[in-house]
Amino acid sequence: MNDEQKKPDPSTLPKKAASQALNFFYGSKQALKNINLPIYDRKVTALIGPSGCGKSTFLRCFNRMHDLYPGTRYEGQIRLYPDDVNLLDKSVDPIEVRMRLSMVFQKPNPFPKSIFENVAYGLRIRGEKRRSVLMDKVEEALKSAALWNEVKDRLDELATTLSGGQQQRLCIARSLASEPELLLFDEPTSALDPIATASIEELIHQLREKITILIVTHNMQQAARVSDFTAYMYLGDLIEFGWTDDVFFRPKEKQTEDYITGRFG
Amino acid sequence: MAVSDSLRATISRAKRNDLIFVALGIAALLFAASTFVALFLDMVGDGLSRLNPSFFTEFASRRAERAGILAAWVGTFAVMLVTALVAVPIGVASGIYLEEYAPKNKLTALIEININNLAGVPSIVYGLLALGLFVHTFGLGASVQTAGLTLALLILPVVIVATREAIRAVPGSIREAAYALGATRWQMVSDHVLPYSLPGILTGVIIGLSRAIGETAPIVTIGAVTFIAFLPPSPVTSSPPFLSFDWLASPFTAMPIQIFNWTSRPEEAFQANASAAALVLVVMTLLMNAIAIWLRYRLRRNLNW
Repeated sequence: MNDEQKKPDPSTLPKKAASQALNFFYGSKQALKNINLPIYDRKVTALIGPSGCGKSTFLRCFNRMHDLYPGTRYEGQIRLYPDDVNLLDKSVDPIEVRMRLSMVFQKPNPFPKSIFENVAYGLRIRGEKRRSVLMDKVEEALKSAALWNEVKDRLDELATTLSGGQQQRLCIARSLASEPELLLFDEPTSALDPIATASIEELIHQLREKITILIVTHNMQQAARVSDFTAYMYLGDLIEFGWTDDVFFRPKEKQTEDYITGRFG
Repeated sequence: MAVSDSLRATISRAKRNDLIFVALGIAALLFAASTFVALFLDMVGDGLSRLNPSFFTEFASRRAERAGILAAWVGTFAVMLVTALVAVPIGVASGIYLEEYAPKNKLTALIEININNLAGVPSIVYGLLALGLFVHTFGLGASVQTAGLTLALLILPVVIVATREAIRAVPGSIREAAYALGATRWQMVSDHVLPYSLPGILTGVIIGLSRAIGETAPIVTIGAVTFIAFLPPSPVTSSPPFLSFDWLASPFTAMPIQIFNWTSRPEEAFQANASAAALVLVVMTLLMNAIAIWLRYRLRRNLNW
């Protein structure tokens, strides 16, 4: 992304979040091993690696999705800045965490309700009842998700009548409506055709001006296209992290190079 | 390489078995369907002549040609109302709890197995339970409320199982979408799972009720009256508070009991009455099932995941 610019030393950049000595267990099986990863403010960080490497598991630690399933256990910390709180701390309510961080899933999962109600839902559960405020925020979110022009005349229609790509942009709008501090994408284009994928990637590009993004992708080209930073994971370990073009063109680790060049994975 | 003759013979043998099964399947289906059609036509033949407006507005009588099913259909309607009002909230709440809240442990598994077993308990057993519990212990009498509660118990497993299946059909991705936005479990259930599984739940409730409507054994056991010449008191009164629940404690009769009573009479004319009443009951059941199918179709149009 930043080929032409001079890249500053990452450690001078402001951080939005950081995982510190993060271990994660499904029952007795350890899925993440001592992950230390900074997430820089208003940058796109991509997580890549072969299936089963733990990249989605890592992403789902951020909004405590694992709390929904029995037998899961976190160790270590994920700190969210600027208030420097540990999201994984037992005293932190996972609902509160999910109110601050939003997630967009692999498969578009709009609610079978109207387009308006989909985007407004996050605001409603935050207690917003004023119709005019909901209307303004829904419009703003749909504009940010580059969907407004396509749906402004049919906000009362069912969200499930939209095309796959539109549904995914609707899910992005739904996530943006409540003004999250960090946006998590879990392979957001894996169920979409190339044209819809391109529009989502374009959208991610625009969003990074305003919001910090962490994206899991199985598609290396996508990571190269949309991200500022890339982390390569393998079997629960973080192998390499750095500026995306460093990771892609000048990998420090042999393993990363093998994966990037397609000799493995 | 050419196909050998022995392989061809094997294929044609396999195809012949295929045909044999199709023939057997059609024969089995025809047997079941034609039995029902024959019974239904026989019932129509015997009973149709008795189906006139006064049949619905007259009480039972010793003279067959003047007897009607007024007390029976009003009683059935009142009992079904109580059954639905008791079984639906309890059944749906149990289904939601088991599916969305209950921890997956041995106790839950035991409860689940028992609910499935309860669906197979003979209905007379529910009648005996109700006689002991509702009639004698609680002193509720051989009344509309006792019958309603008994039949509610009877269909509770059906409602619970239908609720759970409907809830399970809501994809996990929808649940995660709601949670990821910060919803609590109850917000997720009440805003999403429940509305989306409503068609399935309603279908289960109606199928449960259409089973209850034809039940005879349990309400005979609790002591429903077989000959009755009055209606339960009206639930709406002319003086404040304009609502009365006296009908709950009223003695009653119901369609299956009326039919049973008439079939046990020696006179030929009462057999025609029984057929006519049975025809009404079957049409009621078929109508309820039709409503269930229509509701499912109407409400599911929006849900395509």
